[in-house]
Amino acid sequence: MSAVSLQDYLVVSILLFCVGLLGVIVRRNLIVMFMSLELMLNAANLALVAFSRFNNNIKGQVLVLFIITVAAAEVALGLALIVALYRRRRTAHVEDLATMRL
Amino acid sequence: MESVFFYLFAGLTLLCGVLVMANPFSRSPVTSAMFLVLTIVFMAGLFVQLHAFFLAAVQVLVYAGAVMVLFVFVIMLLDLKEEDRRRIKSAMAVLGVVAVGVIAFAMIRTLKQSDVGQLLAQPALEGSTKLIGKSIFTDFALPVEILSLLLLVAVIGTVLLSKKDLK
Repeated sequence: MSAVSLQDYLVVSILLFCVGLLGVIVRRNLIVMFMSLELMLNAANLALVAFSRFNNNIKGQVLVLFIITVAAAEVALGLALIVALYRRRRTAHVEDLATMRL
Repeated sequence: MESVFFYLFAGLTLLCGVLVMANPFSRSPVTSAMFLVLTIVFMAGLFVQLHAFFLAAVQVLVYAGAVMVLFVFVIMLLDLKEEDRRRIKSAMAVLGVVAVGVIAFAMIRTLKQSDVGQLLAQPALEGSTKLIGKSIFTDFALPVEILSLLLLVAVIGTVLLSKKDLK
């Protein structure tokens, strides 16, 4: 078997990103959409780590560390928003949340 | 040997990723969350393949540990039983698959046409904790400080948002 190249990692990253994108488009549950968003962020992380390894540059991995931190903050805030929304409207389904009025 | 592990972890990552999005057996968000944990763990395996050991550990600790626990707690808070009864609109699903398929095709075609994969066939970097730490505390000292501020803002925002009466 030939050695794994950068291209293979990038293909995996692209496919995972597309799976996440499809999840955001198709699923209508806010929590599952949010998880798909995490999937997309992880795909970007994989691409960055692969670039970092094959370019011999540590900055890619530092950026991934930053992305993980920001994603953690984003998840905390997003889930707090979903809980606040659920308290008002008793639903976490985007089709029931068609108006901006609370 | 290395490529066997790559294909194993890549396949498992993609399989679990698809099961997060569309599980044929269960529509429950809890199942999605569990498969997301698996996806993240297998992706940590890919990170190990890329010799990014520190990031693999952080991925498991922060994502599979902290973030997913948060997800599961919120799912428990919300009582999402009605999700099972809802159906995905098939027209929407078909449109979504077509649109995302076109995007995937465009990206992979662009990747194949560029020489980015062939040029850099020799992996070199060892992503050790020492290297990352050095980089963080010299080149990226200011961004790290700003990031800590961001975390503080996120904590305050979360506490404010989860108060009973939003004023």
